[in-house]
Amino acid sequence: MSVPNATEDLSSEVEVDAFRRLFPVRYFERHLSESIRPDGRPLKEARDTSIFLGSVASANGSALVKIGSTTMLTAIKLEVMTPSLETPDEGCLAIDFHMPAICSPIVRPGRPAEAEPVVSKQLSDTISSSGMIDLKELSLVSGKAAWMAYLDIYCLDADGALFDTALLSAVAALSHVKIPAVAMNDDGKIVLMSDEDGKKQANEQVNKEKRKLTLKSIPLSLTCILHKSYILADPTAEEESIIETHVTIVLDTHGQLVSLYKPGGPVLAYTSAIQDCVALTRQRVKELKSFLDEANSAMEVE
Amino acid sequence: MEMDRPDGRSPNQLRPLACSRSVLHRAHGSATWAQGETKVLAAVYGPKAGTKKNENPEKASIEIIWKPNTGHIGQADREHEMILKKTFESICIRTIYPNTTTSIVVQVVHDDGALLPCAINAACAALVDAGIPLRHLAVAICCSVTDNNCIILDPSKQEEEKAKAFAYLVFPNTTVSVVPEKSLQAGSDPMAHGIITSVTHGAMSVDDYLHCLERGRATTQRLSEFLRKNMEPKSTREASKAG
Repeated sequence: MSVPNATEDLSSEVEVDAFRRLFPVRYFERHLSESIRPDGRPLKEARDTSIFLGSVASANGSALVKIGSTTMLTAIKLEVMTPSLETPDEGCLAIDFHMPAICSPIVRPGRPAEAEPVVSKQLSDTISSSGMIDLKELSLVSGKAAWMAYLDIYCLDADGALFDTALLSAVAALSHVKIPAVAMNDDGKIVLMSDEDGKKQANEQVNKEKRKLTLKSIPLSLTCILHKSYILADPTAEEESIIETHVTIVLDTHGQLVSLYKPGGPVLAYTSAIQDCVALTRQRVKELKSFLDEANSAMEVE
Repeated sequence: MEMDRPDGRSPNQLRPLACSRSVLHRAHGSATWAQGETKVLAAVYGPKAGTKKNENPEKASIEIIWKPNTGHIGQADREHEMILKKTFESICIRTIYPNTTTSIVVQVVHDDGALLPCAINAACAALVDAGIPLRHLAVAICCSVTDNNCIILDPSKQEEEKAKAFAYLVFPNTTVSVVPEKSLQAGSDPMAHGIITSVTHGAMSVDDYLHCLERGRATTQRLSEFLRKNMEPKSTREASKAG
């Protein structure tokens, strides 16, 4: 590392953009000492969040979520399948996270991004650990038919806090999904009920009307980055690349800790730092829950 | 609260530990680590010249290859690779050999609960065996919370599956040094109390998690001693036999 004095002299002569690229850590620390971040946010503030439900009309449930510039689109497709022998009255949920080349200049087509399988696994673990979905609700006829829900999350713009945005969009889509009305016809197969209802008497109605899933406790998360003694909430991609210590905390609406994920990093997390991060996450969960409720009630009005 | 564990251990008791170093002759460093039935073999090759495309060439890079005991490599294995990579990047002194890659190959021999901590301990022992410069050692432990809110350490696979939640925690090794204690502290906590890595599964209350941290910290002392004893070079032990 260059001698501190030399950098101080340079900083007054070098242009801001060049300084930002050449000495990213020092650029960042100069902002931190004023308790602000390069994009003007205070240290503990998360970026603007918006949730749009029902953006994919052909899917059974969908949500487009933006946290700052990070954009994730989730779509849920339901398909009828035979349940496994071990769980005859449970459906199945398959979660897949994709990072197509559109999301970031680092991701090239053909080669999956490093973050992809990790976020995908984290999401499936979090959703199953939280017990949000009761798979029994996805059952149609015990032992013969059940719903298989394919949850596909596409990252459209990767600008930091990928897991937070992906989780929020998955949860929003699950709160929006409507299970279609189906009936069992004479061959014992499940068919979608059309609006005509012509052959209604011949068919056994398995699912009378479109219904939503009951979500027990919704997991929501916040990623924080730790640098020396500073804790910053909701990092952008630039901040994530400079600071290597990330902590992601997932709390559900009942206040239970669903996941505390800290994959290494040069800064050690002491109990006080963990408690601070948990407090920040609690606040954020309240905020996100209110956004989600707003979006859902807006959909119902329509 | 009395807790009846299927194998008769007390809640704070770890399974018997076993570690052997230099088990592979072609690898620059290798070690096996067994906690009860869970056994992992780690091998270290490096530093080798050159770094991968997306890595920073000004620092040494760490590459992890995780091999499951059965089946193809899936998402879970990629996640384990990433967790180990980030954990060891913070332990290794990366400024010493810039533009090199050190590969750690982790082979799961048998999985009977607490697999990730076992793998981290094995990889750490293998890094020491290879002589890669490290800032400090890492000890990993698994704590699980049972349905009746009891915290048990080092669960077996059966106990993990029944538990309400479990957490894999990695702490820095307690250092034995000539430097006075105060300089190792950051604020009011000694260095050994910070966590390097934490991965949790299942829902538990925040207080339960903090209790798990405390129990984990208390146990790292024992694990650290075991690790250090194993680090002693074989020659001194043989010399004492001769003498």
